[in-house]
Amino acid sequence: MKPQDTLHFSYQALRAYPGRTALILLAMCIGVAAIILLTSLGEGARLYVIGQFQGLGSNLLIVLPGRSETTGGAPPMLGTTPRDLTLDDALALQRSPAIKDVAPIILGAAPVAYESREREVTIMGSTPALLSARQLDLALGQSLPDTNPRVATAVCLLGETVWKELFGNRPALGAWVRIGESRFRVIGVLAGKGQSLGSDMSDMVVIPVASARNLFNAPSLFRIIVTASSQGQLPQAEQDIEQIIRQRHDGENDITIIAQDSLIGTFDNILGALTWALGGIAAISLIVAGILIMNVMLVAVSQRKAEIGLLKALGAPTSQVLRLFLTEATLLASAGGALGLVLGLSGVLVLNQAVPDFSAQPPLWALIASVLITFFTGLLFGSIPARQAARLDPVAALSGR
Amino acid sequence: MNDEPLIALRDVCRQFQVGDETVHALDHVSLDIHAGDYISVMGPSGSGKSTLLNMLGLLDQTNAGSYCFAGRELTTLPEEQRAQVRRDNIGFIFQSFHLIPRLTAAENVELPLVLTGMPASERKIKVRQALTGLGLADRADHRPAQLSGGQQQRVAIARATIMHAPLLLADEPTGNLDSHSSTEVIRILEDLNTQGITLVVVTHDTEIGKRARRRIRMVDGRVVGDDG
Ligand SMILES: Nc1ncnc2c1ncn2[C@@H]1O[C@H](COP(=O)(O)OP(=O)(O)OP(=O)(O)O)[C@@H](O)[C@H]1O
Ligand SMILES: [Mg+2]
Repeated sequence: MKPQDTLHFSYQALRAYPGRTALILLAMCIGVAAIILLTSLGEGARLYVIGQFQGLGSNLLIVLPGRSETTGGAPPMLGTTPRDLTLDDALALQRSPAIKDVAPIILGAAPVAYESREREVTIMGSTPALLSARQLDLALGQSLPDTNPRVATAVCLLGETVWKELFGNRPALGAWVRIGESRFRVIGVLAGKGQSLGSDMSDMVVIPVASARNLFNAPSLFRIIVTASSQGQLPQAEQDIEQIIRQRHDGENDITIIAQDSLIGTFDNILGALTWALGGIAAISLIVAGILIMNVMLVAVSQRKAEIGLLKALGAPTSQVLRLFLTEATLLASAGGALGLVLGLSGVLVLNQAVPDFSAQPPLWALIASVLITFFTGLLFGSIPARQAARLDPVAALSGR
Repeated sequence: MNDEPLIALRDVCRQFQVGDETVHALDHVSLDIHAGDYISVMGPSGSGKSTLLNMLGLLDQTNAGSYCFAGRELTTLPEEQRAQVRRDNIGFIFQSFHLIPRLTAAENVELPLVLTGMPASERKIKVRQALTGLGLADRADHRPAQLSGGQQQRVAIARATIMHAPLLLADEPTGNLDSHSSTEVIRILEDLNTQGITLVVVTHDTEIGKRARRRIRMVDGRVVGDDG
């Protein structure tokens, strides 16, 4: 029997029983649509988080005081109190050719007031390098002065939210605001960057690092943000930072460097696994659909015994009968899968329309896997009924027994 | 008559186990069927007529004895090869027609050709010829439910002969038909026999049974009469 004839015969059989065909198509369709929707959500979450990280700026290294033992094993050694990171430490890092920007950071909170309005805001002390390191843009005015960072200057940049809260729609550039006990002149407003993991840059005021040191009376840095001159230079930059700081800290390795890349990698892995898990859960519904296929096909085989007996009397070999019923099951599964693909992808489309901030998208592997799984569900769960059909004794089958 | 029989059965036995009892559906049946024969098989219900026909048609397997087809010993042939012998050599006609309800008359007739893998264009020509030969040309696209019993049986005959098999086995082919259709169907079968096909008809109808050149009578799984 030619393959196209086998296909046609199976197709005719499926059309002859529209009820059961529709039922199986529906089950398969839901299974595949579920896989696509759930993995799309997982993948969307993954891309969202990675996007958030990338909002922090690329080629980023974060230098923290103190050594965190990420390797597990031995407990931290006694008596090694970590040294603080100082502004001089940060400035020394600029020696490395692998490093582009060095932004020392002092973080604190203080009330910021303009005329009668006052607001408790996060104050970040840094240098102009902060803007390029974290890829921040100015909406108005100019950046921090690129002068000696050890000298305090009474200027500040306002985050967008702070600006709106304090000034409403009035111009802010050149105005004097009070931060804590001191007065600062507003020289720029940061363009809204929104939330980017950890800190909302729009609800913040940036002042020169030396000013922050005075404001909070804190000589040490909260952290240093460093960018490598290129992606390829990241390892070199990391090495240079360790070496420079060790030199300055009497040979003590007392800092922790977090590469944004490795953070992204970790989240990427976690969320990737989550997507797989979601896909796996959805795949269970395909197995349920498969069992349904098996059941309905078993009924079909017992309903169509006479037909099977006839085929055998006409000289159809066992293998041909097997192929006919397998084709039927596979055809059902694949058609259901195709419908599910359409339904799932439309679902994703609708979802993305409804929630514009979040972009769900089906991972390629889930598309391929769902197509393959449908196909094999048909083959696997169709094979038991098909084998039963093929094994029928022709005489008994003809008499409907 | 040829010296070599088309089919030779030797001491063929077929038993069925029903509970504690063993039913001897065929009890040491020996039979030679020659090419071109016209044989009727008669006997009371349960005497083993259908079992004999299934045995001749390679649908059933012997418990003892031997089966030769055209000189080939086929007693222990595996099912895959039996299927092929059936396809190429044996046409079946059943009391209940056994047409596939979802297929049109033409598609039902076409089925044996489809199984052999013949190209569609070639099939169409053969099917049209066969249907026309049986006066069914205008019924080609009808489904079995839209045909009378006599027409359905003619479709079944077209299907059984489309492969030009040398042997035609009919198990009560007129059992579900009125007398007019019965005569029509028997005439067609006899015409085929005249053209050289070997015909074996199981029947309860003595009128029909008597028409055969050779009449076999069965009782309790044994051949008790064989004349002609
Ligand atoms: N699959 C089976 N299982 C058990 N017994 C069977 C089976 N097939 C046939 N028999 C028995 O074998 C015997 C012969 O059956 P068979 O169908 O050949 O009779 P028959 O002559 O064709 O009868 P009828 O004229 O009623 O069609 C009967 O007693 C029947 O009950
Ligand atoms: Mg019978």
